[in-house]
Amino acid sequence: MHIEAQGIEVRFGATPLLRDVAFSVRTGEMIGLIGPNGAGKTTLLRVIANLRAPDSGTVRYDGRSAAGIGKRDLARRIAYLAQNAAVHWPMPIDTLVALGRLPHRRPLQGLNAADRDAIERAVAAADVAALRMRTIGEVSAGERMRVLLARALAVEADILLADEPIAALDSLHQLQVMDLLRTTARRGRGVVVVLHDLSLAARFCDRLVLLYGGGVLSEGSPRSVLTDDHLVRAYGVEMVRGEQDGLPFFLPRQAPAQAGQSHSNSA
Amino acid sequence: MTVAAMAGEAAREPMLRYGVLAGTLAVLVVILFGVSLAVGYAPLDLPQALRDAASGRQTADGLVLIELRLPRALLGGLVGFSLGITGAALQGLMRNPLAEPGIIGVSGAAALGAVVVFYFGLAGTLALALPLGGIAGAIVATLMLYALAGRGAGTMTLILAGVAINSFAGALTALALNLSPNPYAALEIVFWLMGSLADRSLPYVWLVVPLMLIGWTLLLAAGPALDGLTLGEDTARSLGFDLDRLRWQLVGGAGLAVGSAVAVTGAIGFVGFVVPHLLRPLVGYRPGRLLFVSGLGGAALTLAADIAVRLLPTRPELKLGVVTAIIGAPFLFSLIYRLRGEE
Repeated sequence: MHIEAQGIEVRFGATPLLRDVAFSVRTGEMIGLIGPNGAGKTTLLRVIANLRAPDSGTVRYDGRSAAGIGKRDLARRIAYLAQNAAVHWPMPIDTLVALGRLPHRRPLQGLNAADRDAIERAVAAADVAALRMRTIGEVSAGERMRVLLARALAVEADILLADEPIAALDSLHQLQVMDLLRTTARRGRGVVVVLHDLSLAARFCDRLVLLYGGGVLSEGSPRSVLTDDHLVRAYGVEMVRGEQDGLPFFLPRQAPAQAGQSHSNSA
Repeated sequence: MTVAAMAGEAAREPMLRYGVLAGTLAVLVVILFGVSLAVGYAPLDLPQALRDAASGRQTADGLVLIELRLPRALLGGLVGFSLGITGAALQGLMRNPLAEPGIIGVSGAAALGAVVVFYFGLAGTLALALPLGGIAGAIVATLMLYALAGRGAGTMTLILAGVAINSFAGALTALALNLSPNPYAALEIVFWLMGSLADRSLPYVWLVVPLMLIGWTLLLAAGPALDGLTLGEDTARSLGFDLDRLRWQLVGGAGLAVGSAVAVTGAIGFVGFVVPHLLRPLVGYRPGRLLFVSGLGGAALTLAADIAVRLLPTRPELKLGVVTAIIGAPFLFSLIYRLRGEE
């Protein structure tokens, strides 16, 4: 599958959230969506997922509009993992992961063998097998995120859109989830992941899209996007950067202008 | 608000299989239906009455069974099922265990419809005037909901519209009492509002059955979407569900089921609130799975409460709505007590 968005404009009242954004993702690649708070990452992800109609611009799924494909078909082909997703009932983990099979359901029928296989694969991939006998109220924030990731993986969609899936995870599970997302992409699915951790973004993503102020500031390979100039402009803070054992890292340095800025803002 | 912590304990227990649960509840409903036929004020030889009714003989036993006991038992089951399934559906939609069938204002409006019939003295002119008035009230309320919270409105707007309709219907009901021509008329209205299954005839049953069946179908068909809604509106939509359609499907279904229930019995509270809550842990907290069993549970609870009012020595007979409220209120207190630690 190939998703292509062009000329995307989204406004909230008079405030523009996205202006003239172009974005594309196809199966087999892993794209990191980065940028400071309020840059429009979640809005863009929701537009791509057909959860929010853009005020102008088009999103095409294999050349067709969302209406042309149909809700049900689109739901089988795009999985969406929301940021801080609420779970409103204390469901057992198994039941919750199985919700990912809803787009594949047949009227008045339960889970079939294919559904159960998909759930098993998702549970194993997200490393939540040990939690299966618990309910969602009885797991930690990080475990809960992995359970929700398993739910999204259980859809077995062509494209997975994940909004900050590693924000609540410890280092080991951050690595595991990023590794899992990359493996998912290598196996022929497309992954778009919203990230704040630039080191992991640079290390795992094929391509990065840096949003700033509702527009695309830079797009391309991690090396071409994560330049000193781009980072200062987007994040307003200088980065200490380097590489050790082939692994890139980025650490924020105190931004000299910050004290003056916050002072004038609060005045 | 989440109900996670309080429910963990219940969910750890081995999950009853859905079929066993539904089967057990169905058997319970059948048994209570039989008991409801057997219990009453007139002495009745039930086997003899069944034989008379089956052979079409016009005996006293047969008449008591067909004219008094049967409509009462049938309406108990139908009204209870409607309250249970609607409560489960609206709790699923609102994702809140404190939602109940009255929350969208349809039951208040149905009660007002019947009160208007009383007020203008129409109850005596036509046998079905009362339930028809109630159904008219429910339809007006449903149309008002559509008008107030039109397409694209969120669940919160729907609740607010329900609250507005409820309080308006309540105000008009109070106005009718205020202006009632004589104390007897006011008393009649007040007693009717308390909710009862006594003295309803078979035509009441035939009037509401088709409406309720359509309502139940609409609600049951919403099951998968309600399951998806567990993970929030964005995730539900990403799973392919149209939430606008879901909301109106539930409003329509609830309006038909509860509107016609209130139209024949008056307000019977707490059934639609308590039953889904008790059964939720037994279906793995799946809102879709909860619908049908909550209907059965509602039918069982309503039949049981209606049997109780006839067995209690109190005369005049306690109103069914009074009994369900007296049983239900402490349950609500305990629920609030358990929920309060989660804020």
